[in-house]
Amino acid sequence: MQDLLDPLILSRWQFGLTTIYHFLFVPLTIGLATTTAVFQTVWVRTNKEKYLRLTRFIGKIFLINFAMGVVTGIVQEFQFGMNWSDYSRFVGDVFGAPLAMEGLLAFFLEATFIGLWIFGWNRLPRRVHLATIWLTAVASILSAYFIIAANAFMQNPVGYQINEGRGRAELTDIWAVVTNKVALAAFPHTIVACFMVSAALLIAVACYHLYRNQHLDVMRPLLKFSLWTMVGAGILTVLTGDQLGLAMVQTQPMKMAAAEALYTTSTGADASFSIFTLGTPDGTSELFSIRIPYLLSFLSTHTLDGTVEGINDLQAQYTQLYGPGDYSPTIWVTYWAFRWMIGLGLVSVVTAITGLFLTRKGRSPKHRWMWRVGIWAFPLPLAAMIMGWIFTEMGRQPWIVFSLLKTSDAVSPNITGVDVLISLIVFTLLYGALAVVEFGLIKRAAQKGPEPAAVDDPDHDDASASGDRPPLPSTVY
Amino acid sequence: MDLTILWFCIVGFLFVGYFVLDGFDFGVGMSLPFLGKDDTDRRVLINTIGPVWDLNETWVIVAGAALFAAFPEWYATLFSGFYLPLLLILAALILRGVSFEYRHQRPEAAWKKRFDRMIVIGSAVPAFLWGVAFANIVRGVPLDAGHNYTGTLFDLLNPYALLGGLTTLLLFFTHGVVFVSLKTDGDIRTRARTLAVRSGAVTIVVAASFLLWTSLAYGTLASMLLSAGAAVALIASFVANLRGREGLAFGLMALTIGVAVLSLFFALFPDVMPASNDPANSLTIQNASSSPYTLSIMSWVALIALPLILAYQGWTYWVFRKRVTRAHIAQSA
Ligand code: HDD
Ligand code: HEM
Ligand code: HEM
Repeated sequence: MQDLLDPLILSRWQFGLTTIYHFLFVPLTIGLATTTAVFQTVWVRTNKEKYLRLTRFIGKIFLINFAMGVVTGIVQEFQFGMNWSDYSRFVGDVFGAPLAMEGLLAFFLEATFIGLWIFGWNRLPRRVHLATIWLTAVASILSAYFIIAANAFMQNPVGYQINEGRGRAELTDIWAVVTNKVALAAFPHTIVACFMVSAALLIAVACYHLYRNQHLDVMRPLLKFSLWTMVGAGILTVLTGDQLGLAMVQTQPMKMAAAEALYTTSTGADASFSIFTLGTPDGTSELFSIRIPYLLSFLSTHTLDGTVEGINDLQAQYTQLYGPGDYSPTIWVTYWAFRWMIGLGLVSVVTAITGLFLTRKGRSPKHRWMWRVGIWAFPLPLAAMIMGWIFTEMGRQPWIVFSLLKTSDAVSPNITGVDVLISLIVFTLLYGALAVVEFGLIKRAAQKGPEPAAVDDPDHDDASASGDRPPLPSTVY
Repeated sequence: MDLTILWFCIVGFLFVGYFVLDGFDFGVGMSLPFLGKDDTDRRVLINTIGPVWDLNETWVIVAGAALFAAFPEWYATLFSGFYLPLLLILAALILRGVSFEYRHQRPEAAWKKRFDRMIVIGSAVPAFLWGVAFANIVRGVPLDAGHNYTGTLFDLLNPYALLGGLTTLLLFFTHGVVFVSLKTDGDIRTRARTLAVRSGAVTIVVAASFLLWTSLAYGTLASMLLSAGAAVALIASFVANLRGREGLAFGLMALTIGVAVLSLFFALFPDVMPASNDPANSLTIQNASSSPYTLSIMSWVALIALPLILAYQGWTYWVFRKRVTRAHIAQSA
């Protein structure tokens, strides 16, 4: 009973769940905002009505999603103080800076220009209105950079010194923090993965309508565009992931060892990568496994005869450095999360390549069930993404800030298990209910398809220019 | 100037911005059952804040983040200490935020009604609780030597704090109703004006008592002068409203709220969170702040960002300056 009400365990669950939940919306916001901006640009350039319809259609899905990203983001911002006050005290001097920059430089920009975009149709000149969606998209990507830079400090603390008197880390070099090599590697990897997520959704939408033979004039281009996005972003995700892996091995070798459940340090062919293993979850006694020799060595060092440190050696090393304790994360989580991330991502890319082949030169797949594959593949990249984060965050345990602060020392000392249980229940119920509503609304909007779009053009509209008619109102809600 | 003082001012400025701006959003939200006779009316009301509620709400996110960066100790103590009230605020803001976006997604009356209710509750709860929270900060809370809050939820629900909550609730309500009279036309505008007079009268009484209590119990000379200024602005707003000067009335309401929040910050200074049990445990701008290096970096960021932010937000308000009417709603059906 006492264990059930441990504020530490409950806070970890709450932080994990709410962050994963926030991150269900963030990749869609980043991907869809940019896609909307691209199609709106095409419309402004070509003046073809079908691109306007497409812009409004994607924009509508984007907005339903956006509201959730915003409201769940506020929870994230508050939770550092609410549940992790000792963490906040310890790192606030360093970690608060990128967070505040995110607010000042990105969130304000995003929140303002999204309003201008939603309500600015018919009201702002075309090009200005186009600029508003681009600014929204840029702001969302900028906010991702700052939050990842903040997170990178937890993975690889740089640019600080410890102030013993105040018992905290203090910033000494802001430039080192914002150009942390983990941030520079994780940011492109995350952003391109976001485009996989939004592409998967749009592929599903296009397949749904093509399956029913409707809206062909817009759904065909949408399908092609999204398939190409998926393939391009997929390849970039692999390349950037490889770079991130190198950075990770240099900064947190334990994580790579945990990703492979590699207990003993291995070199060359022995540093093999197992695609699949049957056996006890902790990887100590395996029954069956498919292995690729040299791959782990290659992933970790980019050489075939590199040495990859094992968990046992690292454990001994860390005990020397940081005192007695268990320095390995939960191995089965990291092992499987890493594989699912890569596996689901690769399946998505292969599916998209097949799709491109089947729909080449105006063709359609012979079998109608193939459209359904396109529809049901939509959650795969999102799932891969979440697996990636679970790997990243769980793989850092027991540290909350690697080598500096343990998660168990970070929790607010004055909140009780009951407090956190209440909030955990509130968030779970609230988020669960909203997920159902949100999914229903997106599905509904997606199935309804694009609507005929009649937009007045303030640039070229004589009537309103000559004052015969009041300018159109800005009502949407 | 000492950077901790500058950051105390910036944090104050961000909270003033938040309460002035999101204040009228809360008020408009709470006014739905009073001013919205039918669905068209309610849509008029919601559309008056449609383009701006998100950016207004962002002020609190940025205020929180600025607190984290400039006064980590204050951020940690405040947010962990006021755990359950903040949870309620978060839940309310979540419900309110999605409701704006979701209510118009389906035509059914029952659907809309559900989200209308959430908008009302989601506006009233934070409007009340922010007042409770700030009153408690001014009043002081029990803190241990490690700056951790040692009280319970019920310690936060004392009469002074409850009066503070009622004050912000009423101030925001009136602020919102005056905003409606400024941003709509026709019948609803007339009704808003009448309602603003009534709620304005109650607000004056409650807010004046709260400001008086603050001045007598916790005031400094500066905070007392500001409190008096807020009271004068509130009464002037009431008179302007009686005379049908909507723009002036709204500006004066904004001034009232801004100055009242400032008076609380002045009552605090140089503490940021006084300990009611032992002054030695109080958080001050010195022992709660970040290192000088962090503060100077953040000062540069704020110096560059804030003017830009004010400029593009001002432009947004300019773009959407027109009144919203029932005819507009019918047109955009
Ligand atoms: C669609 C999503 C997706 C796909 C297909 C991949 N990844 Fe990934 N990966 C992510 C989405 C992601 C992520 C969710 O975005 C993470 C979590 C933290 C981060 O920065 O990116 C991540 C983290 C992450 C990390 C952990 C970094 C750390 O903890 O510091 C590594 C080493 C890789 N990835 C490597 C790869 C490789 C080698 C891939 C393919 C061969 C790959 N990822 C595919
Ligand atoms: C959106 C992607 C993210 C996901 C899905 C995610 C997921 C998680 C999960 C599952 C945990 C719990 C780990 C455990 O307790 O074993 C966790 C912990 C944590 N993460 Fe993340 N995280 C994400 C991004 C971030 C970012 C960007 C930051 C900081 C800026 C961050 C800060 C933290 C903190 C403070 C904890 C709590 C302490 C801990 O348990 O280590 N996370 N996260
Ligand atoms: C755990 C750490 C996180 C915190 C504290 C956090 C904070 C926030 C906040 C406060 C908002 C609302 C902004 C608004 O009102 O406009 C938000 C939205 C957003 N966050 Fe997060 N976030 C976290 C994780 C992440 C991660 C890992 C990313 C990016 C990779 C991210 C990217 C975004 C984006 C792009 C938005 C705006 C788009 C939207 O609202 O959907 N966040 N976040």
